[in-house]
Amino acid sequence: MSGQTVPVDYSGHMLDLDEDEDLEVFSKKAPVADGNPMPNSPSSMVNQFRLEEDEPQDVNAKDLFITVDNPESHITAIETFIMYRVLTKTTRSEFDSSEYEVHRRYQDFLWLRSRLEETHPTLIVHPLPEKFVMKGMVERFNDDFIHTRRKALHRFLNKISEHPILSYNQHFKVFLTAEELTSHRKQGPGFLSRMGETVRAVANTVRGLKSRPEEFAAMQEYVDDFSNKICTVDKVTQRIIKEEREYLDELKQYGPMYGQWAESEGNLAEPLKAVASCVERCGKETEEHAHHLSEVLVPTLHEYILCAETLKAVMRRRDHIQAEFEAKNEALASRKSEQEALQEEVDGLSDRMEGSNEALKGDWFRWKAGMRTDLKSAFVSSAEKNVDYYEKCLAVWESFLLSQRAESSDQQDGEDVS
Amino acid sequence: MMAESGSSEVAVIGNVDLTSTELENNIINTVMVERGTALLRRMEINVAEAEKRTGKNTVNMQETYTVYLIETRPAETIAEGGTPAAPDTLWRRYSEFELFRNYLLVTYPHIIIPPLPEKRAEFVWHKLSADNLDPDFVERRRVGLENFLLRVASHPVLSDDEMFLRFLTDEKRWKEAVLETGFQDKVDSRLKSLSAMFRVKNPDKQFTALKHYSDDLNTIISQLLRVRAKVADRLYGVYKVHGNYGRVFSEWSAIEKEMGDGLQSAGHHMDTYAASIDDILEEEEHYADQLKEYLFYTDAVRSVCRKQDLIQYELEMAVQDLSTKKQQKEELTSGTVRIFSLKGMTTKLFGQESQEQRESKLEALDLSIHEGEEAVNEKNRECKEFLQTAWGDIERFREQKDNDLREALISYAIMQISMCKKGIQVWSNAKECFNKM
Repeated sequence: MSGQTVPVDYSGHMLDLDEDEDLEVFSKKAPVADGNPMPNSPSSMVNQFRLEEDEPQDVNAKDLFITVDNPESHITAIETFIMYRVLTKTTRSEFDSSEYEVHRRYQDFLWLRSRLEETHPTLIVHPLPEKFVMKGMVERFNDDFIHTRRKALHRFLNKISEHPILSYNQHFKVFLTAEELTSHRKQGPGFLSRMGETVRAVANTVRGLKSRPEEFAAMQEYVDDFSNKICTVDKVTQRIIKEEREYLDELKQYGPMYGQWAESEGNLAEPLKAVASCVERCGKETEEHAHHLSEVLVPTLHEYILCAETLKAVMRRRDHIQAEFEAKNEALASRKSEQEALQEEVDGLSDRMEGSNEALKGDWFRWKAGMRTDLKSAFVSSAEKNVDYYEKCLAVWESFLLSQRAESSDQQDGEDVS
Repeated sequence: MMAESGSSEVAVIGNVDLTSTELENNIINTVMVERGTALLRRMEINVAEAEKRTGKNTVNMQETYTVYLIETRPAETIAEGGTPAAPDTLWRRYSEFELFRNYLLVTYPHIIIPPLPEKRAEFVWHKLSADNLDPDFVERRRVGLENFLLRVASHPVLSDDEMFLRFLTDEKRWKEAVLETGFQDKVDSRLKSLSAMFRVKNPDKQFTALKHYSDDLNTIISQLLRVRAKVADRLYGVYKVHGNYGRVFSEWSAIEKEMGDGLQSAGHHMDTYAASIDDILEEEEHYADQLKEYLFYTDAVRSVCRKQDLIQYELEMAVQDLSTKKQQKEELTSGTVRIFSLKGMTTKLFGQESQEQRESKLEALDLSIHEGEEAVNEKNRECKEFLQTAWGDIERFREQKDNDLREALISYAIMQISMCKKGIQVWSNAKECFNKM
């Protein structure tokens, strides 16, 4: 873990200073042809960005655009896996080029995330989609699974790119730009140290914290409650989808029966067939609705379930940092010899604790704001889709009514009841 | 559309109160009745209420049953626009309706007798109680019984029946009177009917087609009702699960600051949404009842077909009988035995009969043949008359069915529209709340 102090001010451009102060502002190459949301005049944007020093990072000033697409199966002698294409477009001066195309597999994402967490243990790093679903039904290379995973990986990278600190992380840059990741992956502390940290963290929580500062106690409580609630919302949503699909199955039996009936009728055949058609069309709308829930609401909820777990881990790490400081501080108080050396250690740990707490506090508000935006957007979209669903079904039945009224007025005019 | 015909002689099927239909262009669930049956012109009929009673039954055990209040009122007082006079009322239970209907079945075998609402709740989806004493079931049965009475009252033939009038107005003595008609003795034996069905040599083509249609209709409506019940059950599930959103949003809002209000109010709308399905499905039961009526009508149609088979069969039997007798006469006259008979055998064994014996036999046969010819003529007439009157009623029924079922489909569409409008309302509100998160 680095002892780096993290500045409180999160205006991204201030952090540029840490490595690349001497680099010139690069000039952009030819404009991108394939319709990415790329700003037209990057150099002017960069200048604008640097001038507005007092503004917090604004989505309009986004200068890093990432897409994850094109999942492809790779088959080697030992294993089969999926490679995703990661496209990056940027105007940032830290990047040598304005465009990058690399290929990454899931393992590479895992590596990146663990690097980020290690570097910034009390920042909230967006979660990755799960390794695989244990429920047994989903195969690793099932199309739906890959589609869902790809979207989540895309979200992950975009969330990182929007983070004022994480997006400037060196490992992140390497991930986005290096042709081959394997050589980079061998450097630095690996999973083992991460495991060790986890074990220590668990050990420390077992030992117990003296007292958690109030704001973090409140945070912990919130995280536990939030985790519960979001899990429930997810369960309810899944249940709705299930019920809707069963409803749809019955509708598929129901509609054709009107058509069947029409076959033995004379005058009634036309309205019966029309009703059959209405039921069929409403069935299609129902199918679309269930699909929308699966595509929009479920992934977002799922993401935030994972976020809740991330938050719990972050809280544990923060607690651990505090515990380490407290332990050393106690040692300092009890031992009379080695005071100077110990004092230095304690000071270091104290600084680290302060820094971690501040980092978490800052990132907490950021995370909450993001959570609010994301969930709000997902719920609004779902409500909209519901309105849309009912409007479409309404139109279907109203057109039936219209056709029947036209029929009956024809009959009245013609005076011909056969 | 029926509403525009504006005729004061169009009867309204009582309290089928589709509020959604009332909202939508004043389309009411009407039955296209024969204009001006004498009875309806002078009388308004309602089945107004239902009540529970307890009493001793035929095996002297306590039982609980429901009685229905039949109200009749002279039609003129309504037109005056003043306070309508108090109606005449009496109470009847379901079994009395059944008795009355059986009387009609026997007395008018060529008429398609309107059906009664179901005795026990069938095609239930999970929420509906199958219990005969359940208030929703009782209410729908009340509507069905009123419907039955109005159907009879609007039938050109049935409405003139004296027993019908007494059923509506004479609480105590109606039962006695109807039993006195001796209709129970006239019931065709089931065995006879069945053998007729199988042994008719020249079945009437039109009636055969009608039989097939009736069977098809019975099958398809049963299937439709069964699947509809399943659809209702599933839809119920979808709506009710949303109630869980209500609960969790409410709990969640307690831990949020900015998001709290939006979540909380959205949760309320989710509760509203979940609750709305109860009324929606209750209304749909009225639609199911309209289909059920025609499902039960198919039984009545089959009854008429069976009667036609029976009459045809009896005619064929009479013709056959006559033919046999004529044959016998011929044999007796010519002395040849063409048909094997015990008489013939004994004659061979014990010698010919005397002239006297032969002549008395011939006389008897002639009489028998004469009777046989009369019987054939009678049956022929019966058959022709039956065909004519029955076919007239069948045509009337067909037109009624087409109109009624088309109206039912329209009212179903109106229900769907109402459901969609409610959905739009709730989710638009929910969206507003989510926007405030």
